[in-house]
Amino acid sequence: MNTSQEIDAYARDIKKDIRNAVYDGCKKTSEKRYSVLASDFKDADALREMAGKIKQHTLEHLDDYLQKAEANLQKNGAHVHWAMTGEKANEIIADIMRQHNCKRMVKAKSMVSEETHLVSYLEKQGFECVETDLGEFIVQIDGDHPSHIVKPIVHKNRRDIAKSFEREGLGDYNDDPTTITRRARVYLRNKYIEADVGLTGANFVSAESGRIVLITNEGNARFCMAANRVHIAIVGIEKLVPRDRDLAIFLNLLARSGTGQQLTVYTQFIGGPKASSQPSGPEHTHVIFVDNRRSEVLASECKEILRCIRCGACLNVCPVYRQTSGHAYRSIYPGPVGAVLSPLLAGEKFPELSDLPKASSLCGACNEVCPVNIPIPDLLLRLRDKAKREGAKKGMKGTPPMGLWATLASQPGMWQAGLAAGHTMNYIPTEMIPHPAAQAWQASRKLPKFQGGEFRKWFKNRN
Amino acid sequence: MSLLHTPKNRPATKSVQLMTTCLCDAFFADVARATVEILEYLGVDIELPDGQTCCGQPAFNGGDWNASRKVVRHVIKTFKGSKPVVIPSGSCAAMIYHGAPLAFEKETDLPAVNALAGRSWELVDYIVNGLGVKQWEGTFKAKIAFHSSCHLRGSESSKAIRQLLNSINGIEIVPLDEAEQCCGFGGTFSVSFPNVSTSMGTLKVEKLLENHPDYIVSADMGCVLHLGGIIDKSNNNTPRLHVAQVLRDALKNAGKLKK
Repeated sequence: MNTSQEIDAYARDIKKDIRNAVYDGCKKTSEKRYSVLASDFKDADALREMAGKIKQHTLEHLDDYLQKAEANLQKNGAHVHWAMTGEKANEIIADIMRQHNCKRMVKAKSMVSEETHLVSYLEKQGFECVETDLGEFIVQIDGDHPSHIVKPIVHKNRRDIAKSFEREGLGDYNDDPTTITRRARVYLRNKYIEADVGLTGANFVSAESGRIVLITNEGNARFCMAANRVHIAIVGIEKLVPRDRDLAIFLNLLARSGTGQQLTVYTQFIGGPKASSQPSGPEHTHVIFVDNRRSEVLASECKEILRCIRCGACLNVCPVYRQTSGHAYRSIYPGPVGAVLSPLLAGEKFPELSDLPKASSLCGACNEVCPVNIPIPDLLLRLRDKAKREGAKKGMKGTPPMGLWATLASQPGMWQAGLAAGHTMNYIPTEMIPHPAAQAWQASRKLPKFQGGEFRKWFKNRN
Repeated sequence: MSLLHTPKNRPATKSVQLMTTCLCDAFFADVARATVEILEYLGVDIELPDGQTCCGQPAFNGGDWNASRKVVRHVIKTFKGSKPVVIPSGSCAAMIYHGAPLAFEKETDLPAVNALAGRSWELVDYIVNGLGVKQWEGTFKAKIAFHSSCHLRGSESSKAIRQLLNSINGIEIVPLDEAEQCCGFGGTFSVSFPNVSTSMGTLKVEKLLENHPDYIVSADMGCVLHLGGIIDKSNNNTPRLHVAQVLRDALKNAGKLKK
């Protein structure tokens, strides 16, 4: 069907096996999420609400908590750096690598490093940089981009991956998932040993103790961090929680929301570089707090989006994401959270992504599953209004203009005349109505018979 | 699994204003009529403000909040007073109690918007949680697939509707896969994203028809417009009903209302 919206065209043209992989993966994870939360907690909503309040509180006092976190990280022996932009964060990381004579980086999954395009930056600087999360590793060898926050290769099937492994010399074609995983494991093990620096993100940083919390299922973040002399953590400034004890609620919600697990396989609490009494571990810990327009988001009317803990539940449940896949969103963060966050992080390029908030039926399923209870539909609506006010054309494409309708709907006389006149619709096939909205509707749907004013007449004339 | 966002302490007197909704005004006269018939059966006195048009949601969702506010201001003018405003649509009700206050956050007439929000009810929420009617008399011998529309999220309506439907003699509600999923309508979304919207609707129709119901039932004619539009394009002709029509027909079938 004809469409003026890029995301809609992407969904129309997507290969069937990709769409099915995304749909099936999302549906399965959503259902697991629901059942594990329902069976483990009497009132999971109360938990979501509480977690949302803690995060909102943190955001409202972010300046204080960042200072506390810095002081406590330093007390633990970590070096703390601040980067206003993604470029600055990349430069700091390259400088740290030069300072410690590092050539080879092994890297765990980090969404903020996707934002800064860290890997390609480091490669251009002559460093080796290997993604160790299996999904991200496959994305890297394919020169692809993640299409999901938690499951970066939800758009690929095992046959695609087997072909990639064959091409990269990781063995003959074999699409058995266990074989694929084993081969990646052997390859990556050597990379861990050869590396001299490990980079991770952080799921949380406790301001109270300076503890960095990392969760993974593969143990790769631990290996990156613990087996190297230098550990770098790249962290969005919104990743803070006030106290260690707050982690109880977030760790209970994060894995359940993201993958339907009670807890991920590995949960690490990192207190800084190794102490002299400890036999092994990194000698140097560097933490880079990245702003990259987050403080602008904090000052906007959509600041609640910074509560996000990157679980991906809103992607999995979203009926639009299930039809489009993540790449349709043309940005690092896809799905409902991405439709809010990506246009905001784009700064002055907001107009280019102003169609993202339109890619939603506003069904509210995202809000209902969000572990920090972000009112995503409200934020999407605010951004639609912003796009309209700022005249961002991409967002308005295909949406019928509302001015005339608003005039009609605020003048009862005209409205009732319209109800009477509308009956002509019953004599014209919808195919013939020369309006783009009518055309878009009729291509796949019929309109019922027009009955304008009949109820009013009945109500007046009865008895 | 939802957090309530319906206003607290809404009035629930038996004298109400009825917001027909523009879809019932234009396409679904019998739904509005059924709404009147069941409310009057319950002894409710109904005022139908003649100047009413639309709740303002199309422009609100379409991103033109200026246009939406213009319509909402008209709604406030039309629905004066302090009676409960009863609305046979989860989505128009949510527009009045949730959407409008959002669109008026920075406006000086926010108090008037909040006052209207504070007396607005989705129809079945009003019947069950306002009037305290916990079960429904009558008979409706049919298998139905109940589509709980998205705008019922965060309200007591879905629970209330199931409670009433389940209490009707002879009714069977079929189980649904992906019951929480949207029908794909989304107002202007249905025409600005026709491919995604149609895929969502087609999938929903598939799930709704899986267990061969006699009727598809919903509390939102927006969803019904979309689902019906897709069904009518196919070879299937499963009829659709608003909850109010089921409640009304149940009474009629038991001889409690004139046929």
